[in-house]
Amino acid sequence: MTEPSAAAAGSPGEKATSDDGFIVFDQISKRFGKNVVLDDLSFSVGSGERVTLIGPSGSGKTTILRMLMTLTKPDSGRIRVGEDYLYHEQRNGELVSAGEQHIRKVRGRITMVFQQYNLFPNMRVLRNVTEAPVHVLGRSQDEAEERAKELLDMVGLGDKLRAYPSQLSGGQQQRVAIARALAMDPDILLLDEVTSALDPELAAEVLDVLRDVALSSDITMLCVTHAMKFARDVSHRVLMFDQGRIIEAAPPAEMFDDPKQERTRTFLESVLDET
Amino acid sequence: MNWDWQIFWDSFPRLLDGLVIALQATVIGYLIALVLGLVFALLRRSRLVWISAPVGLVVEFIRSTPLLVQLFFLFYVLPQFDVHLSTLMTGAIGLGVHYATYISEVYRAGIDGVPQGQWEAAKALNLPARRTWTSVILPQAIPRSAPALGNYVIAMFKDTPQLIVITLPEMLTTAQGIGSETFRYPEPITVAGILYLATALVMSWIARIFERRFGTVRAA
Repeated sequence: MTEPSAAAAGSPGEKATSDDGFIVFDQISKRFGKNVVLDDLSFSVGSGERVTLIGPSGSGKTTILRMLMTLTKPDSGRIRVGEDYLYHEQRNGELVSAGEQHIRKVRGRITMVFQQYNLFPNMRVLRNVTEAPVHVLGRSQDEAEERAKELLDMVGLGDKLRAYPSQLSGGQQQRVAIARALAMDPDILLLDEVTSALDPELAAEVLDVLRDVALSSDITMLCVTHAMKFARDVSHRVLMFDQGRIIEAAPPAEMFDDPKQERTRTFLESVLDET
Repeated sequence: MNWDWQIFWDSFPRLLDGLVIALQATVIGYLIALVLGLVFALLRRSRLVWISAPVGLVVEFIRSTPLLVQLFFLFYVLPQFDVHLSTLMTGAIGLGVHYATYISEVYRAGIDGVPQGQWEAAKALNLPARRTWTSVILPQAIPRSAPALGNYVIAMFKDTPQLIVITLPEMLTTAQGIGSETFRYPEPITVAGILYLATALVMSWIARIFERRFGTVRAA
């Protein structure tokens, strides 16, 4: 809503978003058994910046999102969000492992939309969207419902408030999940392959909704996707991952039209072959 | 073998009284088992080892010792600590605590069956742990547990004859009483058997209705 008109015009990639270090990954490593997923990774994202993470599967993109959502803990290194570290807190002038209270505080600024939607099947659509605002943000039931209805209207599901998730198509479920995430008024929205489980037609309706969200808000977005057209439309910057490292970072136009790395080129060719 | 139809028919009213008592013990015991079983299941999942380990030990101990021994224990040992309960309550508590250990495993399986994505979504929405349990996990886990939970009511009912050792006048105790008064055992025991069978059949029919009505989790 405060986005400059240049972005709304659909060329956000060319807009310079200053990297003010809103989210900072500092020397993050993670291995699962012998498999090194992230290798001493450092990068940062500016506030309001929309970053797309691309790369072959197993290259660590999803792990980045899961770490920010506190679903996967890094083995070493630090993550900072705004003024606070995510897994560490200051106590008596020392940086120590964060307690649950501190983690909850920082996590409150972040939310995530998942590949498998993960709606709560025991709740109707409306309650899926109001549950957390009422019980986490302390909104009144009426307030939360009013906002939920607005958001569900926005994603085109204003007539499905009373439906259960199982009565909706995958694309509809994912749009509810987007409304549910936005109802938390997040500073940071994480999108983890949100259209990978959908066939192309349904994926398109989800991406249309997300494009509107991205271009009409100042939410910081980290997006793992294979939808390259979408990435080009909404992101300020694209990061190419390979084997737990960022091997190339560039605005989308540059990344897609003139990649510098051979690895990026072969990856992009293989993705374009698929679609 | 001779058979006295008079005693057969005369046994019914008293045995029906016994059946009512057996059902009371089952219902109270089952309610105890449902609640305590959930408490056991949740405490065993605690991340605090000084909670989960002792609870695990107690559950394994109760589950691995005979119900009969536990009934004796409650009946003879509790009064020594000045805990005086009616025989019905003693029996119901004995059954309830014993079955709580089985039922806690049923809940555990139900909880494990809730997809990991549900926990992750709850975290992504920053729901507090308690709210995650009460509004997301348990409403999905308990319906999953429903079929097995129904079977345990019937199993528990069929264990009520063991309450004979604490002199609760349930059906078997009553049948034995009729036998010792009339010196005729086949008829009252047969009636008791018929009543056990009929009741168990009705219970499994009811359990199936419950299962159909509440046992469906809406698939995501």
